[in-house]
Amino acid sequence: MVVKIRIERVSYCYGDKPALRDVTLDVPSRAVTVFFGPAGGGKTTLLRLINRLNDLVEGTRMEGRILLDGQDIYAPGSDVHALRRRVGMVFALPLPLPGTVRQNVLYGPLLAGLRNGARLDEILVRSLTQAALWDEVKDRLDEPASALSGGQQQRLCIARSLALEPEVLLLDEPTSGLDPISTGKVEESICELKRQYTIIIVPHSIQQAARVADYAAFFLMGELIEHRPGREIFTTPQDQRTENYVTGRFG
Amino acid sequence: MNRYWVQRIGFGLLALAALVVVLPILLVVGTIVVRGAGAISWEFLTAMPREGMKAGGIFPAIVGTLLLTLGTALAAIPVGVGGAIYLAEYARDTWLTRTIRLAIINLAGIPSVVYGLFGLGLFVLFLQFGTSIVAGALTLAIMTLPVIISAAEEALRAVPTEFRTVIASLGGTRWQAVRHVVLPQALPGIITGILLGLLRAAGETAPILFTVAAFFLPRLPRSPLDPTMALPYHLYVISTQVPGMPAEIQYGTALVLLTLVLSLNVAATMIRGYFRSRRQW
Repeated sequence: MVVKIRIERVSYCYGDKPALRDVTLDVPSRAVTVFFGPAGGGKTTLLRLINRLNDLVEGTRMEGRILLDGQDIYAPGSDVHALRRRVGMVFALPLPLPGTVRQNVLYGPLLAGLRNGARLDEILVRSLTQAALWDEVKDRLDEPASALSGGQQQRLCIARSLALEPEVLLLDEPTSGLDPISTGKVEESICELKRQYTIIIVPHSIQQAARVADYAAFFLMGELIEHRPGREIFTTPQDQRTENYVTGRFG
Repeated sequence: MNRYWVQRIGFGLLALAALVVVLPILLVVGTIVVRGAGAISWEFLTAMPREGMKAGGIFPAIVGTLLLTLGTALAAIPVGVGGAIYLAEYARDTWLTRTIRLAIINLAGIPSVVYGLFGLGLFVLFLQFGTSIVAGALTLAIMTLPVIISAAEEALRAVPTEFRTVIASLGGTRWQAVRHVVLPQALPGIITGILLGLLRAAGETAPILFTVAAFFLPRLPRSPLDPTMALPYHLYVISTQVPGMPAEIQYGTALVLLTLVLSLNVAATMIRGYFRSRRQW
């Protein structure tokens, strides 16, 4: 296993409220890693630390290091915008930007300064295809993104992240607002994408965690309780707290 | 008395209070239209005043007001919108930004005649612009700034934070988020604020009294450093300073000023409605 992201002794506070306590974890390349556990466990916070999106939040404090390909992403002078192009993010609710389907997909490359029309068209088709959305929107590219259904909008947001050809894709409960059929489609595209991308997903249910996980990490109240390859964690958990959670005794 | 009647009387009083708001505007507009409409003619709108302003037109005053409003817009819009973007998108909550906000609120509360004296002191005398369009427009701009800044800041804050987060997650800078998403989305609110500020400026008398307005100047200004006639001040002059002025000319002038200001108001409302119907969130 090749380590893509190394999280080293990371602790994090919002004001004086701790969100993560001394978390150490290796995320393998080209696989799906699942962060799961009850609400308030620090999963989303950790996700947002990996692309430094929490830089936007004021009054927080972080200890420890996060390494992407061995480079400390919080090192002074490192380029946060370049980092976010390498580490894409999809949010819990579909958040299409104002504008058409085409504009939404191409926001990232355009912000990065790409102006070559042929190249942009190529990115458009590739991203939408990878997000399993191309067939549904190929005739609607110039309609407003808000006219798509919720499930389509969420896949559009995935396509928007993929347009930057990131190395890592962070998905924060990407199916929480979706119906089962759309959820199925999103999960299928996730399983396709892991051949090329390192994926970290905060699932919206334990069943989803079990369906998509190559590696799974269980978080409870800011601590990493258990981190194991494959689905063993769901069938033969080693920590009592993990077992209580996966067997549905709490959470 | 039972609850039913208490409720009816209560509603009745509230409806009366609402009606009281409508009544004055109807009376004001009605009176001015009825008594001023007869004065409106092509000559009235496009000719110079004659015979001590008792005949002829009010063309220089119309042009003066338009030029002043334009000048105010040129000075107030960049500063106002720029300041609002800084406050809404960049500024952290520090003593400095709190001071700025306090200053804006207080600026909005200053009586307009004080702006006039301030403009006289700063622009006319100290900076030696003289009694001129530049001095008047800058004075009006300062008076308009708080309106524009508050409206623009509010419009910017109304744009969902998520858009900024998404742009950041796509590797965009804060400025790119403002430039490509936040500002276009906030534009209708900003434009409305600008128009409301400008229409107040267009109708003000006190700030231009000492800074730009000419009592009687039957020619068009030749440069921004020229004084000019302006509708509100002209109205004041012909209503109080010139004996034997025909009432029709007074009401006609008021009607022109009112039409100008109300059309800006209607434009503001329409722009807001148009963009609201097209908004995608």
